[in-house]
Amino acid sequence: MAAEGEKKPVLEMVQADGADDGCVTFVMHEEDHTLGNSLRYMIMKNPEVDFCGYTITHPSETKINFRIQTRGNIPATEAFRQGLTDLSEACQHVLNTFQARVNEFKETQGQPTE
Amino acid sequence: MAAAMKNVEEIRSRVILGEFGVKNAHTTDFPGNYPGYDDTWNLGKFQKNFRINVVQLKENSMEFDMVGVDPAIANAFRRILLAEVPTMAIEKVFIYNNTSIVQDEVLAHRLGLIPIRADPRLFEYRNSAAEEGSEIDTIQLQLKVKCSRNPRASKDSSDPRELYLHHMVYSRDLKWMPIGNQADVFADAFIGPVHDDILIAQLRPGQELDIVMHCVKGIGEKVAKVVNSRLDTCSREVLRHDDLKNLVKLGRIRDHFIFTVESTGILPPDVLVAEAIQVLMSKCQRFLSELDSSDMD
Repeated sequence: MAAEGEKKPVLEMVQADGADDGCVTFVMHEEDHTLGNSLRYMIMKNPEVDFCGYTITHPSETKINFRIQTRGNIPATEAFRQGLTDLSEACQHVLNTFQARVNEFKETQGQPTE
Repeated sequence: MAAAMKNVEEIRSRVILGEFGVKNAHTTDFPGNYPGYDDTWNLGKFQKNFRINVVQLKENSMEFDMVGVDPAIANAFRRILLAEVPTMAIEKVFIYNNTSIVQDEVLAHRLGLIPIRADPRLFEYRNSAAEEGSEIDTIQLQLKVKCSRNPRASKDSSDPRELYLHHMVYSRDLKWMPIGNQADVFADAFIGPVHDDILIAQLRPGQELDIVMHCVKGIGEKVAKVVNSRLDTCSREVLRHDDLKNLVKLGRIRDHFIFTVESTGILPPDVLVAEAIQVLMSKCQRFLSELDSSDMD
């Protein structure tokens, strides 16, 4: 699925034989709790998701096994994509709010000296 | 019935501090756990409840509150601030002459820990296949110091500051050697160590150092010396002050976090936090594009 050879795969999907689209384990390379835990929280907030968890296979390896099981109405890749999009949007909002507050603070700080 | 409702509210919104441990630390507000509550992720609801409050903003440190976000995400920001915001640091040290007491590898290690003032956003990562650095990914620094006896010292003085010249090598002795078009691009910027007074080595007459250093962009995950924020404590949740132990319960609000960010001086702390949030976003985008490209196979 991912190109081998020069390009190292960053995302692989592992599926048990006979399982439907709703249960998939994603192997994400070069990731750890930073993305794992926050993404798990976002995907758990999706009402169609039955189970979501991640584990770090071995602390010396930088990869995580991320498992999603849905209730059957949507495929697991869809839940994964939705979680990533939600997390990205939340970060964008955090960034906008933070920058707005910092600029406000700098302006109110500037006033006493001016 | 009312007592049960209050209990549920408390579990959802507070972390209880018992005498010997913390209870209720795990997040439980996922859809389906509580009947009557709709816990589905909703961007509008998040935006309404989310607040940031800047308490203090100084040149090298800042303190701000973040309310309305889950510990998972706040912790992700903290981890990124500590380890994944890119910085410039000395990576390769070419030692042409080192006759000091300090061993080569110890000297190289010390040089690597010095924070270098250069905006990492203006540089690219160095391609690991390339041997030579180019002007877009490397900063070259030089250190050339020779210690000699001070001819003007008095006969019976024993103070090394008077007897020797250049016997202490400080970080201010690191000189920037611009390569390629860096002299034009960074004409106004001052590229060099953040602090002038970091002691690198001590010399005696006859000893000298002749070193060239290459400084590249890296993140703390791979190279422990490029950590950008020295101290970043967060998730000290807001306290409701109560004194009497057995009569009153001590609790903390679950989703209120106080961030204290101290920078090593390369980037101001508000820029650091903004960069950290963007790192998390780019991680998400990377996997989204990976998903899209694999779907098209």
